[in-house]
Amino acid sequence: MFRGRTQSAPNRQLMPEGRLSGPMPWVIAIMVFLTVLAAAAALTLSSATTSTGEQLSREATVQILAPDPAVRDREQRAAQRALVQLPQIVRADAVPPADVEALLAPWFGGGSIAEDIPLPALIDLTLARPVDDMMLASISAAVLDVAPSARIDADSAWLEPVLQAMQSLQWLAAALILLLAIATAATVVLAARSALGSHSATIAIVHLLGGTDLQISRLFQRRMALDATFGSVLGFLAGAAMLVGLSRQLAALETPLLNASTFSPWLLAPLLGIPVITVLLAMLMARLTILGALRKML
Amino acid sequence: MVEFQNVGLRYGTGAETLSDISFTLFPGSFYFLTGTSGAGKTSLLKLLYLAQRPSRGVIKLFGEDAVTMPRRRLPGFRRRIGVVFQDFRLVPHLTAFDNIALPLRVAGVPEGDLAGPVKEMLDWIGLTERATARPATLSGGEQQRVAIARAVIGRPEILVADEPTGNVDPDLAVRLLKLFSALNKLGTTVVVATHDIHLIGKIGGAQMMQLDRGRLSDPTGALRYPPKPLVLGA
Repeated sequence: MFRGRTQSAPNRQLMPEGRLSGPMPWVIAIMVFLTVLAAAAALTLSSATTSTGEQLSREATVQILAPDPAVRDREQRAAQRALVQLPQIVRADAVPPADVEALLAPWFGGGSIAEDIPLPALIDLTLARPVDDMMLASISAAVLDVAPSARIDADSAWLEPVLQAMQSLQWLAAALILLLAIATAATVVLAARSALGSHSATIAIVHLLGGTDLQISRLFQRRMALDATFGSVLGFLAGAAMLVGLSRQLAALETPLLNASTFSPWLLAPLLGIPVITVLLAMLMARLTILGALRKML
Repeated sequence: MVEFQNVGLRYGTGAETLSDISFTLFPGSFYFLTGTSGAGKTSLLKLLYLAQRPSRGVIKLFGEDAVTMPRRRLPGFRRRIGVVFQDFRLVPHLTAFDNIALPLRVAGVPEGDLAGPVKEMLDWIGLTERATARPATLSGGEQQRVAIARAVIGRPEILVADEPTGNVDPDLAVRLLKLFSALNKLGTTVVVATHDIHLIGKIGGAQMMQLDRGRLSDPTGALRYPPKPLVLGA
């Protein structure tokens, strides 16, 4: 009598290995592809938001608004001298007028803009620590003593709406990942139920021969794992290829928000967890679905 | 070994398929369960091989209450019961070898230990040459023998067969009964459901239960020796 070893799985050939014949691997491939893109977007935005935020929090700009060029130059030099002596200031670089004109050229056209419009003189500040209102007031007071037409702005204030939008996009990407995970789980549940229906006669026989629910569920888990592994690897490779292509295109951009430093191939490293999690999720959902269905049988 | 006390079975809200069934099966005995089609033979066997729980009454199996037994314990008990289904229920994509090996695999017997017992079974049923054949390519009689081999390979304490001779010619029917009788001599309790009254006389010492519209026709003396025991192969 053979009835002692109850935990071994029955022969894996009990169910015909029809993997890749159904839609599940392909659906999972699409899900993983989209998840990889969404996760990469979330990680990129997070990286860009963090690095840009940190950088901008230590930068400020002094504008000397005096309309008279001679007064403006004098106040700019005086302000620069006063600023470099402040302990909160690491660097205070006067922006050459030509650079200011170059910045405005896209809006005002080429040529000598300064002759037509009184452009402010600028001083770029690099701060010793992240700026706050008290620091800004203290620097402002020191500058106004020597340059009454000066105005100081923290760079972070300009880009705050952009950073907030980027954070919203991050949440959106996270929500998308969650929805894709739910859709993947639902796909597996449907596939498991379908497989259960297709093999109900075999399952009934195994049950009546003394097969346990766990033994039967393991058969389905294995099959789902194979399908999910194929789909996950395919989806991941497709997503990774697209990301590498995108990163090459973005590397050519010179925007402070998205560039090669915020979007690098190293970003793919944490994304490697997506196919692994997908396979584990598929196995878990298959197991729960099959066990739930089997419990309804005697 | 098996004890039914006032067992009743009802499917859904319909009338009782089985009513007030009471009997005891003893170890090493041979029983025929007879009755016309629809009398409830298959339903009674389902209760016996734990495919169904009764609506009422008590069923004791191997000394334990099978009615209130937790579901998780049923597989262990099912492994002690071999079943030959009326429609064979062979797994269509498995070979004869794999179908016969199925109960051993379910029981967790290592692959290396399967070949010996399975080949022995194939030899016993005369299908060694058809080991790699799938059920669809086997004749009805061959499928029947594979089903029997699958039922007995785990050396069950009880063998339950539902109309095992219903789809085979008379000669093969007698040969199948020989197989059951041989197994019975090894100590297995055998219960064969059949509506073929002529078969009953083929097994000397076999006892008979007769079902009539869901009831044992003679509850007080349901188990009795058949009228004319014959010698097998005569």
